[in-house]
Amino acid sequence: MSFDDAYQALTDHDDDARWAYGTGFADPLAGVPTTLPEGVDGADLAAYCLMIADDALILSHRLQQWVTRAPELEDEMAIANIALDLLGQARLLLTRAGEAEGAGRDEDDLAYLREAADFRHVRLAEVRDDDFGHLIARLLVFATWRLALLDRLSASRDPVLSAIAAKGVKEVTYHREYAAGWTVRLGDGTPLSRQRMQAGLDAVWPLIDELFEPHPIEQRLTGVAVDPASLRPEFDAVLAQVLAAATLDAPAPGSATRDAPASGSATRDAPVSGTATHEEAALGKTPGRDGRHGGELAEILSEMQGLARATPGGVW
Amino acid sequence: MSGEIKHEWPLFEVFVRAKRGLNHVHVGSLRAADHEMALHHARDLYTRRNEGVSIWVVKSDDVVASGPDDKDAFFGPSGDKAYRHPTYYAIPDSVPHI
Repeated sequence: MSFDDAYQALTDHDDDARWAYGTGFADPLAGVPTTLPEGVDGADLAAYCLMIADDALILSHRLQQWVTRAPELEDEMAIANIALDLLGQARLLLTRAGEAEGAGRDEDDLAYLREAADFRHVRLAEVRDDDFGHLIARLLVFATWRLALLDRLSASRDPVLSAIAAKGVKEVTYHREYAAGWTVRLGDGTPLSRQRMQAGLDAVWPLIDELFEPHPIEQRLTGVAVDPASLRPEFDAVLAQVLAAATLDAPAPGSATRDAPASGSATRDAPVSGTATHEEAALGKTPGRDGRHGGELAEILSEMQGLARATPGGVW
Repeated sequence: MSGEIKHEWPLFEVFVRAKRGLNHVHVGSLRAADHEMALHHARDLYTRRNEGVSIWVVKSDDVVASGPDDKDAFFGPSGDKAYRHPTYYAIPDSVPHI
């Protein structure tokens, strides 16, 4: 709702509740045709929607775990808002996955009744946050990558994906701004805040390459999906700009592993035992997209799916 | 250096404008390290339900307020001066919000 004429706003007497709640909410998918675009394989489209839905769903759950744990009340709200934005994206994408699949599964079936091996998110979405610095590093990497992705996806041949992405661009722009702001504050702050911000970056750094590794499904969906490799230049440029402002160093390739002691990750479950190199080799280049996840996902799913599985079909 | 770290962020007052043509209205307060963070926090706390198109934040310390003791001297004298109100003018129908 916008007013070019100030008097039009003044004489609009129909929304007396405006001081308590805003008005003018819009359905992002209003009027968008849901039929599959011509020549697109339904199974491939469903699998692709699951990938980017699960990225949002699983990270949203991780962010929700910060509620009551955030360092300040105001930041707790900010993190919860970001979690809700991502949950909203996940719901729309899961619904689209269900439509494309054509087997009658809805968003709830896909969120609550899938096994761990059927989830398709990147590993960056599921790892545990050791502290606020780690959370911010992960959020900066995730939002920078996802904003570049959604920006291009808004030109998808699938009208539903395009509409969902266009809605998400506005949301994730703010997520990136929030994470970048805190990265600069912590990095260019006290010696302690700088150390913990750097430790957070070191911890998430090994998970970055996976984000840009094309999956066969993405390659088959020409014009519908986005080739993640094409996002790397924008990602690198944004990260370099933020890290420079934060006076932080980008970790050297291979300088940190997921079980680096500096980030206190001794409790983190390695997906496959063995050295980092063997572990990576065994996982392949797109482990998350292929359904290979760590023990941390089991922990997330037992919490996220527990109620739905305990009371099948329950409605309140 | 550690002596300079404040363990509680300063308080800010938040004003939100619901739409063009209306005034900014005080909606509440919050804590933040500086003005930029206050603006972000205000966005996260006070415009989640589509309430605003513009936000002002002001450090609470910068607000000078009248005290309860001043009430009679400040506001009492205008209580019996009805001629200061535009009561005796006919207000055209096309002028709202008065």
